[in-house]
Amino acid sequence: MSELYYSLAEIMITAAAETWRDDGEVLATGIGPLPRLAASLAKSTFNPALQLTDGEVWFTTEPVPPGPRTGATIEIEGLANYDRVFATVWGGKRHAMVAPVQIDRFGQTNISVIGSHSRPKTAMLGVRGYPGNSVSHPNSFFFPAHNTRAFVANEVDYVCSAGYNPERYLARRPPARLDLRLIVTDLAVLDFGGPDHAIRVRSLHPGVSFEQVQDNTGFSLLRPEHLPVTPAPTAEQLAIIGRLDPNQVRKTVLKGDPPGDRRGAG
Amino acid sequence: MTGLDKRMSLDEVVGRLSDGMTLGIGGWATRRKPMELVRAILRSPLKDLTVVSYGGPDVGLLAAAGKLRKLIFAFVSLDHYPLEPHFRAARQGGLPVLELDEGLLHWGLRAAAMRLPFLPTRVGIGTDLIRQDAFRTIVSPFEDREELVAMPALKLDAALLHVHRADARGNVLTLSADPFFDELMVRAADQVYVSTERLTSTAELDVARHSRYNLIERTAITGVVETPFGAHPTSAAPDYQLDLGHLKTYVDSASSPEAWTTYRSRFIDVSPESYLAAVGGAEKLAQLPVPVY
Repeated sequence: MSELYYSLAEIMITAAAETWRDDGEVLATGIGPLPRLAASLAKSTFNPALQLTDGEVWFTTEPVPPGPRTGATIEIEGLANYDRVFATVWGGKRHAMVAPVQIDRFGQTNISVIGSHSRPKTAMLGVRGYPGNSVSHPNSFFFPAHNTRAFVANEVDYVCSAGYNPERYLARRPPARLDLRLIVTDLAVLDFGGPDHAIRVRSLHPGVSFEQVQDNTGFSLLRPEHLPVTPAPTAEQLAIIGRLDPNQVRKTVLKGDPPGDRRGAG
Repeated sequence: MTGLDKRMSLDEVVGRLSDGMTLGIGGWATRRKPMELVRAILRSPLKDLTVVSYGGPDVGLLAAAGKLRKLIFAFVSLDHYPLEPHFRAARQGGLPVLELDEGLLHWGLRAAAMRLPFLPTRVGIGTDLIRQDAFRTIVSPFEDREELVAMPALKLDAALLHVHRADARGNVLTLSADPFFDELMVRAADQVYVSTERLTSTAELDVARHSRYNLIERTAITGVVETPFGAHPTSAAPDYQLDLGHLKTYVDSASSPEAWTTYRSRFIDVSPESYLAAVGGAEKLAQLPVPVY
């Protein structure tokens, strides 16, 4: 066993980066610091063709660190105004990893409201670009806290993004570009590789059991015959993450910045 | 020089609007919102407005002041404070809405701009959006026979925008890197009022050099009002940046009815000159640091 220490945030970054490995030259959008660092890591290692933005209006040659910007000037390589981003979305040359509040067994997600739509218990952001993203290009999801409030038993309170739910297709025809990829959480990596795109556990983070993931999920998960442990970050990956995140924002996302290897943690 | 003079005061602009109108508000969340025009609406008796916006504190202020009958939106956010507190309170109190995807909002404005009843799209398929009453579906008349979502036109009675430079005839420059969907707001609207950082001569606009910043032709512009720092507390980069300090004060104004009353008396029920002084003065605002998104 390697003695290399890594945090939970770091193994979530390396696991999430994998979602862009085989995408080729597309816009990679990671919403939130850890998905953003994951896209940055993917670009800095196995998929240099990915295009990233500064989170505002520019495409940049190199990933822009989360948090305050100091030091070297950022090289801008293109204009990423919203009109152009929408056009990219509709054209399909994008893969986003977003962080919804809820997800259900179909992969439908919610960031709009908790409770009823007409008089919500909690009003959140609004659907933003989720509906269009979900039927236009590949999407992956990120959950910093895997629990039954996020992985809900029934449909999400307000379906903001399309999932593999034939009841909601028009004329029973699945949207042509509906393509859900990975779900990365603080417990495991999941995908849609089961029958009819059912959600299955793809790997367990070190020290996490399948039962623990199932207990924190409001619907039944598929357990493949071979269920590996999520690979630990390599020393090289950790060094690159360190360079991509000089402000150490990754240490502030998960409460207490816990270790990534929870074996023997009881 | 033609005699064309579209210069107006804030009150003249607001006087052209009427109860029950559908207003489009330009900008995006915390960027280039026509806030001085919004504050002028708050000081007026206008009511029952339907607002179409990529929402930020524009929507929050109108909601807090009870000006909204309906909101047509894809999000309302302060970016650095993702959840807009006044919007949340109104929404949780039952404010009627038409909720849209960001691209559907664009599509609805484009349909109105093209004088079409709707535009077809796949956006919304598989979601709760298209279960709202406003939506219909339509089958492609071509061989694919695909059933698509019909996004209805979002016709605006008036649009309010903030630009960087304008002349008295309504020629405008929007100098920021992202023009957002201001042009579509204009084309979807019957009347268009722009607030501008600076009113200049036509020659000073130097449109030949700034052609990409000239989003729209003057025949679409109804009125122009000069409002230095008129987008504050949102940004009008490159002229000035988002005021994160004031944004905090604004967020805190939602903490209690008293806090809102205090905010209102300090920053809304005052003249633009007093507002500028209350938020720290021109020199301070011109030096605001570039925020990180």
